[in-house]
Amino acid sequence: MDHPLLSVQDLTVQFRTRAGTITAVDRVSFDLAEGETLAILGETGSGKSVTAQAVMGLVPRPAGQVTGGRIIYDGTDLLTRPPSEARRLNGTELAMVFQDPLSSLNPVLRVGAQIGELFRRRRGASRAEARRKAIELMDRVGIPAAARRVDDYPHQFSGGMRQRVMIAMALALQPRLLIADEPTTALDVTVQAQIMALLADLKAEHRMAMILISHDLGVVAGVADRAMLMYAGRVVETGELREVYETTAHPYTRGLMASIPELDGPRERLQPIPGAPPDLMRLPSGCPFRPRCAYATDICASQPPTLAAVPTRPDSHRAACHHAEEVLADVVAG
Amino acid sequence: MSSPAEPLLSVRDLHTSFPIHSALLRRKVGEVHAVSGVSFDLPAGRTLGLVGESGSGKTTLARTVIGLERPRSGQVLFDGRDLVTLSGRRRGAKAAELRRIRRQIQMIFQDPYASLNPRLTVRQIISEAWMINPGVVPRHRWTAEVNDLLARVGLNPDHADRYPHQFSGGQRQRIGIARALALRPRLVICDEAVSALDVSVQAQVLNLLVDLQADLGLSYLFIAHDLSVVRHISNQVAVMYLGKLVETGTTDQIFTAPVHPYTQALLSAVPVTRPWAAPPRQQIILTGDIPSPVSPPSGCRFRTRCWKAQPRCASEEPVLAHRLGDHPSACHFPELPAQPQPAAVGAR
Repeated sequence: MDHPLLSVQDLTVQFRTRAGTITAVDRVSFDLAEGETLAILGETGSGKSVTAQAVMGLVPRPAGQVTGGRIIYDGTDLLTRPPSEARRLNGTELAMVFQDPLSSLNPVLRVGAQIGELFRRRRGASRAEARRKAIELMDRVGIPAAARRVDDYPHQFSGGMRQRVMIAMALALQPRLLIADEPTTALDVTVQAQIMALLADLKAEHRMAMILISHDLGVVAGVADRAMLMYAGRVVETGELREVYETTAHPYTRGLMASIPELDGPRERLQPIPGAPPDLMRLPSGCPFRPRCAYATDICASQPPTLAAVPTRPDSHRAACHHAEEVLADVVAG
Repeated sequence: MSSPAEPLLSVRDLHTSFPIHSALLRRKVGEVHAVSGVSFDLPAGRTLGLVGESGSGKTTLARTVIGLERPRSGQVLFDGRDLVTLSGRRRGAKAAELRRIRRQIQMIFQDPYASLNPRLTVRQIISEAWMINPGVVPRHRWTAEVNDLLARVGLNPDHADRYPHQFSGGQRQRIGIARALALRPRLVICDEAVSALDVSVQAQVLNLLVDLQADLGLSYLFIAHDLSVVRHISNQVAVMYLGKLVETGTTDQIFTAPVHPYTQALLSAVPVTRPWAAPPRQQIILTGDIPSPVSPPSGCRFRTRCWKAQPRCASEEPVLAHRLGDHPSACHFPELPAQPQPAAVGAR
């Protein structure tokens, strides 16, 4: 990538708890080009949401702290900028959509006023102009009868419509990077399809870069260009989404794929990953996935694996596993 | 739905509604018709998957079957006896009979964090059911029985004296399953029982449910919004929309030859993990949301979101009947899907 819009390098985020310090994000690096969509995938405690919070400057303080690395956006490090400067970027350059739209909206303010506030505060728009722009945006994100609904309160909207309001707010100032953290997890499958189609449209229309965070390998498959799988705060596999799904080289990714009952797959017994997602307070030595891994050998306990090129696509596909070639051979053999 | 034997559970024309009271006058001002005339059969040892969007009435239907809601009319026949006419008495022979039947129907809830009492140990949580229903397991057998149940659901019996917070989410759901099994039920209602679990753990619990069914001959009423999961575990599927069943059939009938536009839309909205390898399919993106069950649309309830709606759909309600193909549907204009739906390859 020549000029990545966003370059995250060795990002480390730690949380101090009464029981000790945990490393929620452990030396994570990735690049994102203009107009590109990256899916960050993983289960509970994988660090996918904290990575996004770090990019947005939203790591909860004082418990959480970025303790290492750099987040270069458009050539400058977000971590060393003064807070006022970071605030200016949020909304205008970077925007975020959360899983639960109801708790992200102000319940006592009309929806139109909440969207319009962005234009009033950031663009100095008049009240009438802000309202007109709010209606325009609501219409764009597919809220029917926008001109009438602009004066409704958040509770008068359904979950899917609230998520559209959130997307409208995120898009208001035409950011170059949109981060969506499990944007459809709380929604019905029909509404999920609507929201994902909307995000795909917006991406094409604005050449906006997107980070989609999800636990669902299927939801992002139609929209994302690249996939990055996280486990216990580390990146375990990354590459073009199709490469990662088809020529999987990490046992965790392979295990996730085998755990999903598919609508068009055979109705065979599922092959779950044994055990539970890791306790970050008690990570094993070496590879954190080792206790759940069928490929694990002695080296996995003594040496933490680092990301290395996968032979089928060495330029873009990387996996952090001592046994990546065995996994790949098994995946290719079916 | 065809049933090889006498159904274990048979629901007949069930209606459940909730009154809406005006806050000011404490007067009934309307009604939410959550379940409006639902009928289905569930044979012993089988799984019926119940699917539909939130607000379709799935959970109210389940709660009515288990007796947590009282229906306005209709029958819930368990082993041929109507639970609705038996209920409503606190004492006497009918009340005793109802208790004996009720304990054969158990439920597994969605949230393994909220559905276990944090102040009780796992042993207490499981044996509480025997305290309330004396005679199922004699007290001197409790310790051994708890250990057996924990082993059966894949937990270490040595952990029986731990508290729920000492377990992971997946383990807690196993505790919920052990509790449901304590009274030796014949029917287990799973209300979004795997929805809150991580993908890798969800697969473990699904496999456990399949094994328990094979070992104990359980019947499941399996409610979930994830259609891939429902397809995986169900023998039969019922599709619910705004309080009514719109299509029922075997899992293969519903997933390979759906004829109701709502079923087709639901299936087409399911994300595919490998879109590049999937057969080409037409994605139907429904507009809008499910209407309010306070004042459902006239005629066909789905017509306000249906791309095939005709004037007839507003005036005449389509009943669930055999119309096209081998299974019942409730649409005036049933059609087989235009393009092949993802095929069901092999059966479990």
